[in-house]
Amino acid sequence: MFAQQFPIVFHSLNVGFVQTLKLFAVTLIGAIPLGLVIAFGSMSRFRPLSILTRTFVWIIRGTPLMLQLIIIYYGPGLMGNNWWGGGEVGRFLASAIAFIINYACYFSEIYRGGIQGVPIGQNEAGQVLGMTKGQIFFRVTLLQMIKRIVPPMSNEIITLVKDTSLARIISLQEVIWAGQSFLKGSQGISGIIWPLFFTGLYYLLFSGILTILLGGLEKRLNYFR
Amino acid sequence: MAILQVENLRKNFESLEVLKGISFSLEKGEALSIIGSSGSGKTTLLRCMNFLEMPSSGRIVVNTAAGEHVLYDDQNTKTLSESAIRKNRLHFGLVFQSFNLFPQYTALGNVTLAPRLQAKARPDYKERAAALSREIEERGMALLGQMGLADRAGYYPHQLSGGQQQRVAIARALALEPDILCFDEPTSALDPELTGEVLRVIRGLADKDTTMIIVTHEMTFAHDVSDQVIFMDGGNIVEQGPPAQVLENPREERTRQFLRGYTN
Repeated sequence: MFAQQFPIVFHSLNVGFVQTLKLFAVTLIGAIPLGLVIAFGSMSRFRPLSILTRTFVWIIRGTPLMLQLIIIYYGPGLMGNNWWGGGEVGRFLASAIAFIINYACYFSEIYRGGIQGVPIGQNEAGQVLGMTKGQIFFRVTLLQMIKRIVPPMSNEIITLVKDTSLARIISLQEVIWAGQSFLKGSQGISGIIWPLFFTGLYYLLFSGILTILLGGLEKRLNYFR
Repeated sequence: MAILQVENLRKNFESLEVLKGISFSLEKGEALSIIGSSGSGKTTLLRCMNFLEMPSSGRIVVNTAAGEHVLYDDQNTKTLSESAIRKNRLHFGLVFQSFNLFPQYTALGNVTLAPRLQAKARPDYKERAAALSREIEERGMALLGQMGLADRAGYYPHQLSGGQQQRVAIARALALEPDILCFDEPTSALDPELTGEVLRVIRGLADKDTTMIIVTHEMTFAHDVSDQVIFMDGGNIVEQGPPAQVLENPREERTRQFLRGYTN
């Protein structure tokens, strides 16, 4: 039995995991820069902008990502305009948007800590050397900020690997969805639970690789203090 | 004509008046020491000249071989553009109390970063990039050598002692060839046994007639290197003159009172 089921299950889980990886990658690509924009917004000296941004961050961080997924995916339909359509592409887009916004808010707070953690003297030293604001940011503060944010960002990134499974709530066909399908019945197999447990190995393996990569990055930035 | 003229400079933070009308002038090649207790406005004065703080009113004029340059005048330059401020700053170099070296660059990298960025803005940069880069590097090495740090060029700041870091910071400020070099309590963050090496370097610069303004608590040093000493208290200049006068025979009771704290 198992020997016949395994190749079918393995293939299904791989297909699901590709979707998991896609959501993971797209979220990082979107949330890393968007987080910086939000960080600058919340640090703005223009009060209305900083209050608005901080309120937004509070709402996003203060409510469950699962709820945000549901609102973003089903919300438009309830208002009479289901622009996501019913397909996998629409589900992926809705998931990606919810994840990008959610993670950008968390990243923005990490960035803010990183930026504010760079001593003001670094900025002033750049200023008295006649450097422009852009030069000071890119040549002086950015790398010091990156060094400060790598450990907390690693933490968030590892969390994101597992959070992608939340997209299951809007039936995105990621790896948990794929594993679960064999419980209800799929491709002539039904009532088995081991594929669902087996998905855990995918997460373990992937977060293990990330831990090594991010640890390596942290080490590479150890040449200065 | 004095290389630097400061007239009736004032600075408030909200309702707090930190500088209450400071006027002095500095001749080319002179070293000026500013002494006074903490909170007397010495550091704010330096920061206003380097435009890390915007003066509230007054006038700052620099007069070099290139001509007269009004850096700040409340009559017609209430607000300055960012690029104007950057241009103003290049007349001054500033050495900070806490060094503020860039930790991700080597000693040489710290010294050459700003000159490199300025070279990039030159119209002939593209044709001469390699030659300019070599010039900047050689000049950076020469400056580090002058500071006695030739063998530390490839070290990162955290691998250097406080005294060595401060000497790199001095080289970094000199690399842009400022008209006036300012020091903000350059030895206050150092262990006593490390102050000597930094003071020796500053003394060497004074001997070469570098125009300098030094905010310091080292009275013997101020006495030895300065051509002029200013004693500040409560945002005012209380007394000003050659070190022999201000430090040995002060006219003002407030100055005597302040100096008594150092002789004990």
